[in-house]
Amino acid sequence: MSAWAYPAGAVETARAVRAGELRAREVVAAALGRIGRFEGALHCFLTVTADAALTAADAVDAVVAAGGDPGPLAGVPIALKDNLCTRGIPTTAGSHILENWVPPYDATVVKAVAAAGAVAVGKTNLDEFAMGSSTENSAYGPTRNPWDPTRVPGGSSGGSAAAVAAGLVPLALGSDTGGSVRQPASLCGVVGVKPTYGLVSRYGLIAFASSLDQIGPFAATVADAAALLDVIAGHDPADSTSLDVALEPVSRQLGRGVAGLRVGLISDFLVDASPSCVAAVREAAAVLAGAGATVEEVAVPALMLGLSAYYLVAPAEASSNLARYDGVRYGLRVDGPDVTQMNGRSRSAGFGPEVKRRIMLGTYVLSAGYYDAYYGQAQRVRTLVARGFAEAYERFDVLIGPTSPTVAFEIGAKTQDPLAMYLSDLYTIPTNLAGHPAVSVPFALSEGLPVGVQVLAPALGEGPMFRAAAVVEAGADAAARGPIEPHAAGAVR
Amino acid sequence: MTANGPVAPGWETVVGLEVHCELLTATKLFCSCPNAFGSEPNTNVCPVCLGLPGSLPVLNARAVEFAMRIGTALGSSIEPSVFHRKNYFYPDMPKDYQISQYDAPINVGGHIELADGSLVGIVRAHIEEDTGKTTHVGGGGRIHDADYSLVDYNRAGVPLVEIVSAPDIRGAEQARGYVNELRAILIATGTSDGRMEEGSLRVDANISVRRRGDAEYGTRCEVKNLNSLRSLGRAIEYEAARQIALLEAGGRVVQETRHWNEEEGRTSSLRSKEEAFDYRYFTEPDLVPLAPAAAQIAAVAAELGPLPAARRHRLAEIVARDGGPAPVEQLATVVVLGLDDLVFGAAACGADPRLALARAANEAANRVDAARGLDPASFAELVKLEAAGSLTATQSKSVLVAMLDGGGEPAAIATRLGFEALDATELEAAIDATIAAHPAEWERYLAGDAKVAQFLLGDVMRVTKGRANGKAVAASFAARRS
Repeated sequence: MSAWAYPAGAVETARAVRAGELRAREVVAAALGRIGRFEGALHCFLTVTADAALTAADAVDAVVAAGGDPGPLAGVPIALKDNLCTRGIPTTAGSHILENWVPPYDATVVKAVAAAGAVAVGKTNLDEFAMGSSTENSAYGPTRNPWDPTRVPGGSSGGSAAAVAAGLVPLALGSDTGGSVRQPASLCGVVGVKPTYGLVSRYGLIAFASSLDQIGPFAATVADAAALLDVIAGHDPADSTSLDVALEPVSRQLGRGVAGLRVGLISDFLVDASPSCVAAVREAAAVLAGAGATVEEVAVPALMLGLSAYYLVAPAEASSNLARYDGVRYGLRVDGPDVTQMNGRSRSAGFGPEVKRRIMLGTYVLSAGYYDAYYGQAQRVRTLVARGFAEAYERFDVLIGPTSPTVAFEIGAKTQDPLAMYLSDLYTIPTNLAGHPAVSVPFALSEGLPVGVQVLAPALGEGPMFRAAAVVEAGADAAARGPIEPHAAGAVR
Repeated sequence: MTANGPVAPGWETVVGLEVHCELLTATKLFCSCPNAFGSEPNTNVCPVCLGLPGSLPVLNARAVEFAMRIGTALGSSIEPSVFHRKNYFYPDMPKDYQISQYDAPINVGGHIELADGSLVGIVRAHIEEDTGKTTHVGGGGRIHDADYSLVDYNRAGVPLVEIVSAPDIRGAEQARGYVNELRAILIATGTSDGRMEEGSLRVDANISVRRRGDAEYGTRCEVKNLNSLRSLGRAIEYEAARQIALLEAGGRVVQETRHWNEEEGRTSSLRSKEEAFDYRYFTEPDLVPLAPAAAQIAAVAAELGPLPAARRHRLAEIVARDGGPAPVEQLATVVVLGLDDLVFGAAACGADPRLALARAANEAANRVDAARGLDPASFAELVKLEAAGSLTATQSKSVLVAMLDGGGEPAAIATRLGFEALDATELEAAIDATIAAHPAEWERYLAGDAKVAQFLLGDVMRVTKGRANGKAVAASFAARRS
């Protein structure tokens, strides 16, 4: 049974709206209705912009009525992670320090989806400043996994992943710094994409770790995710790290199959993953081989160095990126007898414990006398990770492995043990360090919970990556994929 | 004590200067906000220069070109460069880090030649963004005892080039000469207006002292808040004297940052080395490395006009053809003010270059804008009239003022002002009158008292109301004595 009111998904919904078979207002009203029903149980959203969404939907319908083309995502409801700036709409990054901040501008991706006719319905919950793997670090309470409300949705883009999994919206945007799109996608049974660094503009994404951050799509299907990626990809002069390349739209790659594609199964990723995750990857490999790909196991030991390098590089950049939240210009201010104490009090009150931990860690590793031993060393390790990938990609077009070492874990299970939480991103982090793309595709169920398989590719290898993802999806257990009825999740299990 | 020499015998002052120069680009370094001085507070701002969450910098290509012009003018090597973040908390810095260049600056090495002919090495000249401006209200006007502070972010993100000299400067006068020369270069390259009073040019001084002959430098102090050339000179002299007194008393200089107080005429400790910020530099991940193409470097060099030192040399050459010394200060003045072309033009029309230079440096310099518009042929005519004795120096200066006021030909102006030179009969009559009025002085003159000649000359001038030509009077005096 499909839970989403328009079961054909985003692409089909947009086609129907453009053809005048369906009104955008009906689609958006249905999405708002579902949000109303399930938001209390799941807490996917920090802000729901119902009135603005209906107004935008009417505008789409008006374009259709006038014989115009509202764009490839016409009338499709979309949820935006709350670290994407939205003009006139509060944007908190999941932090108290930005509790009442309203951006005066839209992120480039926000403009892009609106220009494509998509209708933003709200801002989704996240770990504070995208730092976390469970969405429990949100200053505004955790999001629950639609498959089992006692479990986390993953993170940091947990609100976006859960919203798509619960059928509240067919599309959502997240950001992926070390796995923050792919890991929650895996835990929620949806597709999540981390594009090549620079393929999607970061302008308007509240920075966590600038050299690693990349905005990516969530959708129930590979095809919908591809359609959204095609809309948000492209050069942006406002982001100096944005790539100026013409990439063939990934939507067009999907039907091309994997005949002759060389697929490497990363053996290092199978060592510590749970048996169900390993089994899913091996089964996905068999599906790819069955479709004509050559599949071989490959050891890329350098990838296992990624996690430790990441937890030096990312906090270092974060310590600098988050310095601006000082109480002077915007956001929370707690007064003090002088400006230094005002800064300190505002930051102490405004930031949560995980953010503080990373600011302290990052400040330390950049300090005089420690820089070479930590940050410098981490950058060298980052080069090793990239080199490990480069060698593997001499022999393979794409690599596969588990997205996450485990299925969704219980809320509270890892909050007292940051290192255990950090290990959730063991298999996603190397991709960010190298600036490569990767996608998580829901593949199997393990004890009623979805297991994702990750397809990795070299920079700008989105084409072969999506071809492989489409084949993996076609061979997957359809029951492992959202959207689902949240209240029925228990029954499914 | 010589002007540039030791403050105390046996000691040598060593100075290196860091000059921050605001570039005259139309827009800021990383956004399209206007780069303008004097606007209403917080009107030239946007998400980028306010450091709003999610905003990203985009490098201004014009600022890079200006930095390359400066590097070319300083004789630097223009290198591939990288931007770094310099992290520290300060309320006028929107991101609480400054985007700057650290170990890979765009301009490396070089030197400048001062007007006095001395050379000062350049270590580097890198690109960075300016901060906002804070006004502390209440207390002593300093951040820590203010009641509240107001911040204007119009200046935040304005492009700067920081020019770091080698520790080659040996005293206050040379330091002022360095800043003057640097300012002239910046103005000549069109990259800066050079206005210290508006903060377009800001100078910090690293000052140390050592015993004459020592190979090692002493411990230095960095002195901030030098808002004028006068402050710079005074601060160097004060600081050198303070350090020497400390060392002579058996103490030692502590490396620290010190604040110059212009009213009190002294420096005071701002923060010690231990309290110094740990800037935690790391590569700015929001920008890509800068690698100017060889063709671009060559194009910048080709477009650069002659620089002040070269222009001084060119001018000195034609002035010194008469065998006299090079008037160093006059040369520097006309070149800084861009009046050297006027002197060249006058010389080309047959005027005496030395006299033309003197009038340009001393009189025209007071009215720079008008002087730049002066017709070189008319200016040459004026110089010729004075050289020929048709106008006295005093008259010539008055005619020049009139030319600067409203233009016109010098001969006509002289006539209008009644500056017709006296004819020989009138002149001799005036001299007769002076001799008649001062017979005793005239006797002393005839007896060989040279000093009294000045008095007599002055009297002739008084009698003729300045119309007499001093040289002609002197010649007549001499003729009457022989």
